[in-house]
Amino acid sequence: MQINWNEFSPIASFAGGLLIGLSAALLLLLNGRVAGISGIIRQAIFASNKEMTWRLSFILGMLISPSIYFVLFPYAPIQIHDNVTLLMIAGVLVGYGTSMGAGCTSGHGICGLSRLSLRSLTAVVLFMSAAVLTTFLVKHF
Amino acid sequence: MLMLIISLFCGLIFGLGLLISGMANPQKVLGFLDITGLWDPSLILVMAGAILAALLPFQWAKNQSRSLLGQTMQLPDKTQIDRPLIVGSLLFGIGWGLAGICPGPAIVLLGLKQINAIYFVLAMLAGMWIFQILQKRK
Repeated sequence: MQINWNEFSPIASFAGGLLIGLSAALLLLLNGRVAGISGIIRQAIFASNKEMTWRLSFILGMLISPSIYFVLFPYAPIQIHDNVTLLMIAGVLVGYGTSMGAGCTSGHGICGLSRLSLRSLTAVVLFMSAAVLTTFLVKHF
Repeated sequence: MLMLIISLFCGLIFGLGLLISGMANPQKVLGFLDITGLWDPSLILVMAGAILAALLPFQWAKNQSRSLLGQTMQLPDKTQIDRPLIVGSLLFGIGWGLAGICPGPAIVLLGLKQINAIYFVLAMLAGMWIFQILQKRK
């Protein structure tokens, strides 16, 4: 294993992590709701009840966050895969998998681990392992 | 109304956190997942920071029936490690490893007006929709 020291960004990553945790903490303490993004997206669109509006509001906040970010920080280019087929296969797997497993990196990862849930820990170990293995296979085959 | 403003603010903070930490950058995420290559461990610190900030509030909330603003405290009550959790998490992991994008960053990338993010988000919604349809059939 070799560490990529050029890309390693401990301070920014830790600070960003604190903000993410703060967001999850505030949403729970004030609104009593869990910041699991896959669940928020799914239920904002497919579950038509009064719980829809706060979810749409949360998504709107996420959508405008880049505009605020670039007022505060210099523009740094972000690149997404340019293979559209691969992107769409990945998207379907992420949508279907998070629905079936009832959570993603935020719901199981941040909120579930903060609840000390064994169910969420299992999910995190599984999706991390699958992601690492997939990255390895894509790179080498 | 207050609940909606708080949600909007939390979404904004969440998105900023993803951008500042590097989680919203698929290349950064793939550099983290590529542990056998030139590995960028930064994203472990995202998790560490997030859990550090959220741990005590979540532990406190576990024993409350109402939030500070009087809303019902809606924490998941499932504890069972069942087949859907296992299969679903594995499928999600494969998708995450393919593109380096999970649901939160997908929304932020859409906000960044990245054209390819539209394909990813539409496919993600399709995946969620397929699951809904198959659930209803059961």
